[in-house]
Amino acid sequence: MDLATVTSHRLARGRDDLALAPGETLLAGGTWLFSEPQPEVSGLVDLTTLGWPDWESEPDALRIGATCTVERALGAPWGPAASLVSAAADSFLMSWKVQHVATVGGNLALALPAGAMVSLSAGLGASVVIWTPDGGTREQPVVDFVTGAGTTTLAPGEVIRAVDVPVAALSLPLAFRRTSLTPLGRAAAVVVGCGRTITLTASTTRPVVLDADDLDAGLAEVDCWYDDPHGPADWRAHVTGVLAREVRSDLAR
Amino acid sequence: MRINGEPAESTPAPGQCLRTFLRDAGRLDVKKGCDAGDCGACTVHVDGAPVHSCLYPAARALEHDVTTLAGLGTPEDPHPVQQAFADAAGFQCGFCTAGFVMTAAGAPEGADVERCFKGNLCRCTGYRSIRDALAGRVNVGPATADGAAFGASLGAPAAPRVVTGTEAYTLDLPATGVLHMALVQSPHAHARITRIDTSRAEAAPGVRLVLTHLDVPDVLYSTARHESRLDDPDDTRMLDDVVRYRGQRVAAVVAGSVREAQLAAALVEIEYDVLPAVLDPEAARASGAPLLHADKGPESRIAETRRNVVAQTHGEVGDVAAGLATAAATVSGTWRTARVTHAAMETHGARGWIDEDGRLVVRSSTQVPFLVRDELAHVLGLEPDRVRVVAGRVGGGFGGKQEMLVEDLVALAVLTIGEPVQLELTREQQFTLAPCRHPMRISVTAAADADGVLTALVVDVLSDAGAYGNHSIGVLFHGCHESVALYRCANKRVDAEAVYTNNVPSGAFRGYGLGQVIFAIESALDDLARELGLSPVELRRRNVVRPGDDFVVNDAPDIDLVFGSYGLDQCLDLVEQALATVGEEAPEGWAVGEGMAASMIATIPPRGHHSEATVAIDDDDDGTVTVGVGSAEFGNGTATVHVQIVAEELGVDPARIRLHSSDTDAAAYDTGAFGSTGSVVAGMAVAQAARELRSALDAGGEPPLSCTGRHSGTPRSVAFNVHGVRVAVDPVTGELRVLRSVHAVDAGRVINPEQLRGQVEGGVAQGLGSALQEELLVRDGEVVTRAFRHYRVPQIADVPPTEVLFADTYDELGPRGAKSMSEAPYNPVAPAIANAVRDALGVRPYELPMSRDRLWRLAQETR
Repeated sequence: MDLATVTSHRLARGRDDLALAPGETLLAGGTWLFSEPQPEVSGLVDLTTLGWPDWESEPDALRIGATCTVERALGAPWGPAASLVSAAADSFLMSWKVQHVATVGGNLALALPAGAMVSLSAGLGASVVIWTPDGGTREQPVVDFVTGAGTTTLAPGEVIRAVDVPVAALSLPLAFRRTSLTPLGRAAAVVVGCGRTITLTASTTRPVVLDADDLDAGLAEVDCWYDDPHGPADWRAHVTGVLAREVRSDLAR
Repeated sequence: MRINGEPAESTPAPGQCLRTFLRDAGRLDVKKGCDAGDCGACTVHVDGAPVHSCLYPAARALEHDVTTLAGLGTPEDPHPVQQAFADAAGFQCGFCTAGFVMTAAGAPEGADVERCFKGNLCRCTGYRSIRDALAGRVNVGPATADGAAFGASLGAPAAPRVVTGTEAYTLDLPATGVLHMALVQSPHAHARITRIDTSRAEAAPGVRLVLTHLDVPDVLYSTARHESRLDDPDDTRMLDDVVRYRGQRVAAVVAGSVREAQLAAALVEIEYDVLPAVLDPEAARASGAPLLHADKGPESRIAETRRNVVAQTHGEVGDVAAGLATAAATVSGTWRTARVTHAAMETHGARGWIDEDGRLVVRSSTQVPFLVRDELAHVLGLEPDRVRVVAGRVGGGFGGKQEMLVEDLVALAVLTIGEPVQLELTREQQFTLAPCRHPMRISVTAAADADGVLTALVVDVLSDAGAYGNHSIGVLFHGCHESVALYRCANKRVDAEAVYTNNVPSGAFRGYGLGQVIFAIESALDDLARELGLSPVELRRRNVVRPGDDFVVNDAPDIDLVFGSYGLDQCLDLVEQALATVGEEAPEGWAVGEGMAASMIATIPPRGHHSEATVAIDDDDDGTVTVGVGSAEFGNGTATVHVQIVAEELGVDPARIRLHSSDTDAAAYDTGAFGSTGSVVAGMAVAQAARELRSALDAGGEPPLSCTGRHSGTPRSVAFNVHGVRVAVDPVTGELRVLRSVHAVDAGRVINPEQLRGQVEGGVAQGLGSALQEELLVRDGEVVTRAFRHYRVPQIADVPPTEVLFADTYDELGPRGAKSMSEAPYNPVAPAIANAVRDALGVRPYELPMSRDRLWRLAQETR
């Protein structure tokens, strides 16, 4: 939809362009920003003109650029994790037409419980690479970066630059389960298994990492079951347990 | 930017999305369904790749090639996908078609259909015909085997235009020379406005007018529209100094652009004295509850303002106590239905202007142009002949557009300023401002003797009207009518009340109250059959009305209703047989059950429904036949039916027939397209006019000739629907899968088999949505599900195939034996599924929707 209050659209060409004036906000794919009224926003600063590579192969990590679209991210060198990545992208409520435009960084910044890139990156133990306003960089595990439904540790002036997925995780046993109130609806519970860790998203307000070897105790201690129109907390807690046990047995294969 | 190969002439504004940029550039084939990326109607290609243009920053498309639906092909030279949608009859209202075609045309080869189209919503078809289009199946044909148009699967006359984006919907008008309106909505469920200051808004750039309660006529009316304006309560002011629900219109700002109007709307300063609110209908009719309309007198036609009761019926026939005393089996329960929204893909909208003769013209997304004309004249103090209301092709209705929600403010603004003004509701406003389906609580007690013959039927209904009465009276009476009258039972009692609350108003919705009450009655009868050891079909056979019976509820029988034909017996047989055949296998460990439900509907609403149509033949070479009819085409298919009727009566090629419809200047009168009347009232008037013309031609008359036909909507016949399903339920997660779905209809003689099948499938799909997944959630009077992403309209993956079966009957009252059949298939779906769930789990669901979480909780009760 049109953003009635917006009067400027700046194209960022370098890091210096990322200092935001009052009312400005960062624009990546725009698939969320343009989907709701944004009465507080008066200016857009476009990140997609920064020229960040979609992905880079680091020694220990596969680095996915924040402005890489979900569609292009599927083409990164995931190795044995490719089918997991595909399943995670598929769990988006939105169609492939949105995945063609939506970015990995935008999905992390939005931090919705049903954010498919949050599920994927948290599940693989990835870290967010954040540019700080002083010109520095900080890194934080995704599971800590997302603090609640729609909230993150991003401070004013900080920008998500990339997400680093540990290469070691890609060759561990992997498993994926999801459910929703309708077959292809907005995710109500997503469970990702990687090695001996099982990560819950969508059914919890923030990612929760459990130990596959102590799953029942871990599930019992979850204190952040999510409740919204896409599923009440009691059902979500129950089906998450069902899915998590299926993931545990998949991992053991 | 190049659009369909041509350079764009303007530059996008910051914050502008591609959708509005394209429409401003005259590309009216790009539709707005949600403006939020959820429905896909606005899909276009950027460099060949499909995107939702409402989410796409227009500035980003500079230097790129944009292709819209009209850029793919033309009516004369359509793209193969466009042709496929026309050949398959892959649309009804056609508002979503642009998005489906663009998505299909840009989809990767071999893409999985359900995943590929999960971002495209269609509310009309139930998706089967869309799947057919995608698979290249052809469903339309020019004529029956013996060459007749009547009875053939003729394609919609507008099909070549709909699939190429050249058919004009309501607001597909030039973007220039029009002012735009934005609304200020109430943040409170109940409050009195103590101060309203429009000075800042009036001083804002581009603003031409700000309307508040101080500026509107002091006339009470109803947004609901019927043949008699006295049918609905006069409880609404165009803008009021008391607001009664969150989201209610408080002020309207008119400015040079939508953006200017929206910005200025935020500058209207309003102070409220917040009043106590009541959100539960049971609490609302209890003593001491805040009263919503105590300021209204008897002239408002509200049943009991001191109890918040807008409508009621209490009555008994026979002796219920005696009927219960003699029963061999008695069952009872209390059922609840959810708030549901129509989700027509085209939102409400209207544009008004003054024509050369100084008349007010309003082009609106309406099912009832004549009724809107008359009420605008009433509210604004004009003579009806000084108002013209016209509808283009309407992008879906489902009852929601039998309501005057935008036309009044547009008309007042046009009269005040003297310039064209447009108001287009946002999708969010469709959720927060426009009426929804009435949530009801229905208690039923049913009793039968040892032979399974009903001895008592007791129904108690509490309907949540929301803040304004609009359709609540009609919905309450209709809801309790054919649902109860379907059964012969000597002893019946019905107590029903519709009660004001400070919730978003409820209104007309497909089925008009029947679906809610049928859900309860058909569930109770299922229990009764179990108690008696009878099959549910057998219990129906022993108790349903048959020709010769009266239609009785809780008072004297309705003598305007007659059996013009009777096919319920066939429908019961057809469903019983079809359900016995194999369907999909159930997954291991899932519980399997079967269920059915029956329903009846009058073919025409009571209390008057009139149509006066003309059929004329030109003296041009090819003898063009022009049909003037007042009813609207909104996906109900009446445009096709009217062409078929005229072709049949005149013996002419359908291609020679031109329809001029839904315009108060095009026909003398039509009450409107609601209550399934497009075929049986307007169609009868059209048929009569065509017959007169045939007679005139046969008597040697020379073109040009014009003849008029009339129908007054009485007497009325009855049509029947029976739905049967087999379902599997996973007791571990609550997931439900439909293994087999069959639906039999008694629609009289079938005018157009493919179109009828489509109407039935669409009704069943909407029924599945209400039964399993749709729910407008309201917390503290605030609608929290205000976008499609939070409100689960069935996607293509959610709708299983339904086998549609036709009873073989011929109606004495309808056109050439036909009966109406577009709203009714919705009605028996939810109880059929509920009965199947009961069969599967051994526990009965009492609440809609039967979402996975609810079914999981239900399954826990069996353990």
